[in-house]
Amino acid sequence: MATEAPAARVTVRGDAPRRRGRGTRSNENLAGWLFVAPVIVILGLFLLLPILMALWVSLTDWNGQGSPFTRNVPFVGVENYTRLFAEDGLDRRDFMTSLRNNVYYVGIVVPVQTALALGLALIVNNRRLKGKGFFRSAFYFPSVTSSVAISVVFLFLFANSGAVNKLLGLLGVAGPQWFADPRGVLHLLLGALGVDQPPAALTGGGPFGLSWWDWLSGPSVAMVSIITLVVWTTSGTFMLMFLAALQNVPVALDEASTLDGAGRWQRFRYVTLPMIKPTMFLVVTLGLIGSWQVFDQVYVMSQGDPAKTTLTPAYLSYRTAFREFDYGSGAAISFVLFLIIIVLTLIQRRVMADRDPVDRPRGRWRRRVPERS
Amino acid sequence: MAVLTDRPPAAATPTRRRHAGRSLVSRVLGYATLIFFGLVFLYPFVIQLGNSFKTEPDASANPLSPFPDPLSLAGFERIFAGTSFPLWLGNSLLVTVLVTAGRVFFDSLAGYALARLRFRGRAWLFATVVAVMAVPPVVLLIPKFLVLNQLGIYNSYTGLVVPLLADAAGVFIMKQFFESVPVSVEEAARIDGASVFRTFWSVVLPMAKPALITLTILSFQGSWNEFPHSLVAVQDPDLFTLPRGLADLVSGSLGKGSQYPLKLGAALLATIPVAIIFVVFQRYFVRDANDGSDKG
Repeated sequence: MATEAPAARVTVRGDAPRRRGRGTRSNENLAGWLFVAPVIVILGLFLLLPILMALWVSLTDWNGQGSPFTRNVPFVGVENYTRLFAEDGLDRRDFMTSLRNNVYYVGIVVPVQTALALGLALIVNNRRLKGKGFFRSAFYFPSVTSSVAISVVFLFLFANSGAVNKLLGLLGVAGPQWFADPRGVLHLLLGALGVDQPPAALTGGGPFGLSWWDWLSGPSVAMVSIITLVVWTTSGTFMLMFLAALQNVPVALDEASTLDGAGRWQRFRYVTLPMIKPTMFLVVTLGLIGSWQVFDQVYVMSQGDPAKTTLTPAYLSYRTAFREFDYGSGAAISFVLFLIIIVLTLIQRRVMADRDPVDRPRGRWRRRVPERS
Repeated sequence: MAVLTDRPPAAATPTRRRHAGRSLVSRVLGYATLIFFGLVFLYPFVIQLGNSFKTEPDASANPLSPFPDPLSLAGFERIFAGTSFPLWLGNSLLVTVLVTAGRVFFDSLAGYALARLRFRGRAWLFATVVAVMAVPPVVLLIPKFLVLNQLGIYNSYTGLVVPLLADAAGVFIMKQFFESVPVSVEEAARIDGASVFRTFWSVVLPMAKPALITLTILSFQGSWNEFPHSLVAVQDPDLFTLPRGLADLVSGSLGKGSQYPLKLGAALLATIPVAIIFVVFQRYFVRDANDGSDKG
């Protein structure tokens, strides 16, 4: 932007007669504001203003009756926030449980979807295979469909007598009752190693009202099915980003390294991977940002059950406000989540802005894609 | 073939043969992987299609099979007779048409102004648009409800449509596009005395067709699939859009673990419009995710 504007200004000033220059100028000023006015009104009214309103509500005990902006609504200061972190009780336990669930969710979704997306991109980018266009579309299609509709399909796939369990049955494995199974995956692994009872050292205490044993549960079986769904729907988008990056890797470079005797793995590790590093970083941070926002799938598939093991901060804030009518706490949870996501976004923008400035507009253009999901 | 011609001619024959053998194996492996993942990504849709035409016992006994036996339209009959599906469909169509039209018009107006018109506060405004793009939609659930409630448009079509009429990402796309178009044509129009809006409407917009198509498709897809907004904007089942109605069908009125043919059929019908758009306008979707760099 900064590079183009001055150039344009110079040409216009040069061409237009000086007398008209001023008129056009103020004319443009007015037109400019009129052109952006509808967007300013809509975004201001339904995005910026609501954030300020919610900030106020998060400092009150508003229960949904009447307007939150009257004197009758009790002002409680930062109590809604301290309850989430400092006071022992159900609120903190639920919030910490939701953070734990989301951390495990992010910890699995981001690496798996990144690896899968890169793998798919590498296959689709293979010059020797035909029909790649079809497969590229097939991998991408889940990303454009409705999250609610897809969640319905996965509810069926992961039903007790559903397709996934039928498939596991063919392999001789008895599938779990996915959405009724709150057992943590790490607990199950330990159980397989013979640790049936949690060690006393881990059950005694732990940070923020959850015992160490609870913190170390891993994602629950129910959460695993949501993780599967999300990885399946988002990998396609990230595959396209990797694909664009791979297509920018000069073929000559690949061939030169082949002639130098580099094997397939070496070529990938020392030629391809360094070339697509910026995209890798982009995909990972976008994944981190997106996976803290998981909501639709939880709403449709599990509503936080079983035993709160699919509760996420986003869903918890919704539930606290709209089901328990504790709008103050709900808004406070939203703002903590907002903070987490904004920090991740700032890190991403900082690093993307630092690297190759020539590519900057394209980087921005790409960046917006998953924010829509 | 291409593999062999790629190789330097000086390569000795045995090496060449070994290469050919290896590349055949890698090709077979490549196709096998493609087909495996093709199944992973498409078979769920096949299962959805097949099972929506099954009877309930058949669907729970043979969930993996794509073939209904016997073929049953009971699910679809109940979708139209026993649920408010037609109403949700109508609401979704209304919302999608209005939101798409609004976004295409308002976003391109603002995008054009930010790209071309020189007015005070432009840089600041653009920075705000970029900042707004970073606001995660999911933290807006409660805030949006508060403002709709305060303005008295909660639980109305106005509340369902108006907040979605513009989006920062669309403004950004249009601005980027207008900056890539040469200025000369509009300058000619402007010097001929056309007003700013006239120049925009009859000179600039017709040139912006590719970007407008992209924006139309993204807005259509976005508003057709929109779920969280309808969740906090309306409460009355008569105002539900398809995703909202579908979510209600699954988690609420019908309960879990039953009536899968009906649910899958309803989800299928909700997916079809976007699927058609995807197949027809695929390159615009791909372009969006691919930073618009492919000129082909």
